[in-house]
Amino acid sequence: MSAPEHSTEHETDLDPMNGHENPGLGYHRPRRSDVDDKADKKAERQVAALFGLSALGTVVAIWAYFSLNDIDPGDVDSIRQVNMWIGIGTFLAMIGIGLGAIHWAKTLMRDHEMTEDRHELRSSDEAREGAIQNLKDGVEDSGLGGAKRRSVLKGSLITALAIAPLGILVPQIGNMGGDWNVSKFRHTLWGPGVRLARDPDGAPIRAADVTIGSVFHVIPEGLNDLDHHHLISEKAKAVVLLVRLDPADLKIQEGREDWSFDGIVAYSKICTHVGCPVALYEQQTHHLLCPCHQSTFDVADGAKVVFGPAKRPLPQLPIAVDDDGYIVAQADFDEPIGPSYWDRLKGGDATVEEESH
Amino acid sequence: MGTKLNSAAAGTANYVDERTSIGGFVKFFARKLFPDHWSFMLGEIALYSFVVLLLSGVFLTAFFVPSMTEVHYEGPFATMHGVAMTEAFASTLKTSFEVPGGLLIRQIHHWAALLFLAAIMVHMCRVFFTGAFRKPRELNWLVGFTLMILGLAAGFTGYSLPDDVLSGNGLRIIDGVIKGVPIIGTYISYWLFGGEYPGTDIIPRLFTAHILLVPGLILALVALHLFLVFLHKHTQYPGGGKSHRNVVGLPLFPVYTAKAGGFFFVVFGIIALVASLFTINPVWNYGPYDPSPVSAGTQPDWYILFVDGLLRMWPGWLFGLPTEWVIGGYTLSLNILIPAAVVPALFFGFIALYPWIEAWATGDRGEKHVLDRPRNVPVRTGIGVAMITFYVILVIEGSNDIVANLFHLSLNDITIFFQWGVFILPPLAFWITRRICLGLQRKDRELVLHGHETGTIVRYEHGEYIEVHEPLDEQELWLRVSYENYTPLEIAPELNDHGVARKGYRWDRFKQALSRFYFEERIEPVTAAELEEARHHHDEHAPHGLDEAAEAEQADERLDAEWEQVDGGAKK
Repeated sequence: MSAPEHSTEHETDLDPMNGHENPGLGYHRPRRSDVDDKADKKAERQVAALFGLSALGTVVAIWAYFSLNDIDPGDVDSIRQVNMWIGIGTFLAMIGIGLGAIHWAKTLMRDHEMTEDRHELRSSDEAREGAIQNLKDGVEDSGLGGAKRRSVLKGSLITALAIAPLGILVPQIGNMGGDWNVSKFRHTLWGPGVRLARDPDGAPIRAADVTIGSVFHVIPEGLNDLDHHHLISEKAKAVVLLVRLDPADLKIQEGREDWSFDGIVAYSKICTHVGCPVALYEQQTHHLLCPCHQSTFDVADGAKVVFGPAKRPLPQLPIAVDDDGYIVAQADFDEPIGPSYWDRLKGGDATVEEESH
Repeated sequence: MGTKLNSAAAGTANYVDERTSIGGFVKFFARKLFPDHWSFMLGEIALYSFVVLLLSGVFLTAFFVPSMTEVHYEGPFATMHGVAMTEAFASTLKTSFEVPGGLLIRQIHHWAALLFLAAIMVHMCRVFFTGAFRKPRELNWLVGFTLMILGLAAGFTGYSLPDDVLSGNGLRIIDGVIKGVPIIGTYISYWLFGGEYPGTDIIPRLFTAHILLVPGLILALVALHLFLVFLHKHTQYPGGGKSHRNVVGLPLFPVYTAKAGGFFFVVFGIIALVASLFTINPVWNYGPYDPSPVSAGTQPDWYILFVDGLLRMWPGWLFGLPTEWVIGGYTLSLNILIPAAVVPALFFGFIALYPWIEAWATGDRGEKHVLDRPRNVPVRTGIGVAMITFYVILVIEGSNDIVANLFHLSLNDITIFFQWGVFILPPLAFWITRRICLGLQRKDRELVLHGHETGTIVRYEHGEYIEVHEPLDEQELWLRVSYENYTPLEIAPELNDHGVARKGYRWDRFKQALSRFYFEERIEPVTAAELEEARHHHDEHAPHGLDEAAEAEQADERLDAEWEQVDGGAKK
């Protein structure tokens, strides 16, 4: 068992390299279980014990499952505990089998390496010629090549095959996009006179309730009356962040002199980078931070980008105060909110912008 | 009893064989040899986590409802009472709280997915650094590469299914990225979401992709991957008795049936243990998807972090110039396209094509079945470490807010550091790694030529001191001298004998340049002649070095014993 098994037929495989001869397989050290009968028996007992452990694990898992009957399903901690015990039982059940089998293989099965030849993967020249001949024969039989070149058949078949998938693909792709009305991005629920309301309860906001330094997460009033599907789609576009600054800190943007009210400004909450909600406001610096990719916008200065991957400022919602003292929108946003896309400055009705000026 | 069983087995075998000629297959497979090494288990971990994914996934499909219909939660979890949510989210809560063991299976599924991708990537690294992708395995490298991409797709589609706040935001980022595609971006977004984001179609569509399309493709490619492993026979590490024309190992049955089969249970067991002890994706804390809230420190699963890192790193304004351009009224969002599409495409494209790139440099057309020690291919090893460095930078940047919090650093500083680091650190890593490899090769040469240091110093009668070196045994020697000694390609001149420019010269020039990059600076293995010369030299220099060392040692021991006597006497 101790000397390496060299069979002469493999010697030819051992090419020399850089002038050195391959010494062949090294000395094989026998294991204790190979030479000592006691060690052999001990290993056998260990393997059996590991398989036994597995069976025990299965019992633990089943026991934990049935103990679940007494648990309150609303209590997360006890649910977790039961799951933990089922998991630990499963762990023991699996690891016992696994370690047992591996220990068996390592101590009691053959560990003396054997050698086998490899064969080049390339087919023999004969096989290759045969393959080519067979293909040629096939082409000849079909009439696509050889004496009769049925080029009309070839051409019409290729055409038919090329366009056949369209019968399935066109309706499939055509329907998958829903209504394909991509100019929907341009509009939100905001419009003249729509009140700004708190997210999520929908209560309208009075200008007097907005103290300096405070932040409101805002939705258009009436959003919550929509059905769930429309609510989510519209909310995804319409969410706004309302902030009141000291009017002395606020740099009014050119052409937007009447878009704010006494230091209160409203900006779209959807990041102009890839569309995460820009939810983190830092009172001291007037910076708005997007938690997804850290685009940072300066609320005091037209929500311009001061750091991060966004390029454009957040769109501003022009606001005013109605007769009852509630904050209302003057109009919809004058540009599509959210991430940039190819034709965001084209098509649709660009009139919104003209109206607001 | 035994004979009865035997005859029953023989009868069954005969029955099956007469109908399938399975005997031939069994003969071929049963004693097929596989080399042994711990690093060959990495691929197995990936395979077994996939099996665990299939098993736990089947369990989950029994309870998950892939629907975006609105419901109001009425289950036992009090915090969510009456909250409007999609059926997808409600059924995820139900699976967690009301299905016995459901939470465990969810966690097993999620942990197994993380392990699946980690194992694939580490396995790829093993294959890369040992050169296991060389002929004839280039196609299998591509199959494996495709499996990694499919693994990412499987992970992402699954992550989005519960329709919680985090996964919804993840989908919104995907939507934002898609919209950044020039010309057709908005139409792809509509095609994917069935209209305006988020719509009501995306969860059922992702569900079909996640449980049918992607795993079906993975299963088919795993079969192809393993078929090719059998066809090629496994690679082996270098050593005595191993060559490109043989395979040294242990038989599939019973040794690897037990080891590999057992290892499946070990992987399953470990996943079960981790899943039972560590909570993952507790969606009941996040709440159902709502486009408004998002919390700080939101993170995708780790395998998506590198894209997120790229998105975080690429600035909207670069040296005062915008990276989003408006050309003729159309918007081109380079700040999305470059980080989310161009860089990943180049990175993955390079990985996919790497076997061919290296083959151009070596010009070697032979089959390679003995693996490389990473030090023996310094440029490849350097490239590998540079790519890992690049990837790790992106992963860290992808969680820069958490890193900033953990180490009390400025978020902006981390981003600025990596914006420079991503260009500087990978080349630096390449250079350092290559130097280390060359150093290790020099060390190998030194060992081969001069042998092991023994620590025994001998003084000659004429006063010279030498350290006795012990020559390497034949196995140690072979390991250090049996590597391919590639030299830069030499190409035919541009003009042929008739003074006419030949075809393909430029391509040859390119390959030559590549080859120089790889092999210009190299440490050549010690040849037999060099070794002969060195030994001869040693013998001349120290004709009886070893004998004298033995003599010196004996003298040492004698002195020790004498000292012991004297010392012992003194103590008494």
